[in-house]
Amino acid sequence: MSDVTAEGGHGAVPTGPEIPVEPKASTARRDWPLYEVFVRGKRGLNHVHVGSLHAPDDEMAVHAARDLYTRRNEGVSIWVVRAADITASSPDEKDPMFAPSGDKVYRHPTFYEIPDDVPHM
Amino acid sequence: MHEETVYEALDHAHGGEGQWAFGTGFDEPLAGVDTTVPAGIDPADLGAYCLMLGDDALVLCQRLTQWVTAAPELEEEVALANCGLDLLGQARLLLARAGSVGVLGRSRALATDSIPDEDALAYFRDADEFRNSLLVEAPNGDFGQTVVRLLVASTWRLALFARLRGSRDPVLAAIAAKGVPELTYHRDHAARWVLRLGDGTPESHRRTQAGVDAVWPLLADLFTATDVETRLTAAGVAVDPADVRDEVRDVLTTVLERATLTVPGWPEEQPSRGRAGRHGPELTALLADLQGLAREHPAATW
Repeated sequence: MSDVTAEGGHGAVPTGPEIPVEPKASTARRDWPLYEVFVRGKRGLNHVHVGSLHAPDDEMAVHAARDLYTRRNEGVSIWVVRAADITASSPDEKDPMFAPSGDKVYRHPTFYEIPDDVPHM
Repeated sequence: MHEETVYEALDHAHGGEGQWAFGTGFDEPLAGVDTTVPAGIDPADLGAYCLMLGDDALVLCQRLTQWVTAAPELEEEVALANCGLDLLGQARLLLARAGSVGVLGRSRALATDSIPDEDALAYFRDADEFRNSLLVEAPNGDFGQTVVRLLVASTWRLALFARLRGSRDPVLAAIAAKGVPELTYHRDHAARWVLRLGDGTPESHRRTQAGVDAVWPLLADLFTATDVETRLTAAGVAVDPADVRDEVRDVLTTVLERATLTVPGWPEEQPSRGRAGRHGPELTALLADLQGLAREHPAATW
């Protein structure tokens, strides 16, 4: 669990004597892990990536995601995952990974005639 | 159809005007609500009661927004500001209700005609005309004390609003119905922090316990009904604050014990000073911040 102390803001100027300022807080604070946030919108079928945030643990990450990414009616469901837990393809492997599909037009179902009354195609 | 992002989906759902971020798709909380004062209820009492609940929300909102630019993390800053904005929405509706039944105090003498009632009440009353409880006006203290106060205030307000949904005043009932999910979230958010800080490091435990000890005496101001509340409770409009005492005590005790914090003895209850307009100098300072701009530049827009 991280220590949580006020340290007078992110470069902004604290105002008034009531704003608590901790002179030595930055040495006490440990960094919170980075989370990636996925939101499913009201009409969307899938969760889609909307951004990232820092949080002390998984539960608080969901809470923070609610406050940061669904304030304007965007979502009905939230997933968060630690960025460190994501395994991604490497940019160096871009060609071996993706280039071979570029000239294989037969993988696309474009040779069928789609009847007019089939929706969502 | 699958949209690229939730934001595009949202835009699509609102006619593709690209302006969903500016407030489309929201429900009007008082849509279809009959605003006539129910028979047999003194409008002056109803307005005074709305001021109590509205001022609680307005003042606590101002306290929460004092963390903006000063919160421990950006994410938490937004969370506290969101709670504040929810409360501001409740305050607007409640102050507007007070104004609509003619309870405006001395504010109308100072505010120009173009200023709506809720703004006149927020910006042009002095501290002695505010009816908020002492709980919400107390300074924030550190982050631990802030989340303890938020826990206490939201627990108490949620217990009150849950019952007010059955108020005979349809406007109060609608405002309460809108507020319950908001306050549930505030209470949940505050409780999560109290659990993590109380059961965290020795330093976070020490500071959160100090926050509990600082906030606890303010409970004395909450549970004794004023004459207005007694009359309105009998009329089926208000909730006697004494009726929510047990629920508040149970919830707070549960959270604090799970957070390994010591629950102080229940303070000796007394007639509310805040509801009588007897506030501390902290409220005067808070109002100077809140009201300064509106008083210097009445009806300013930007």
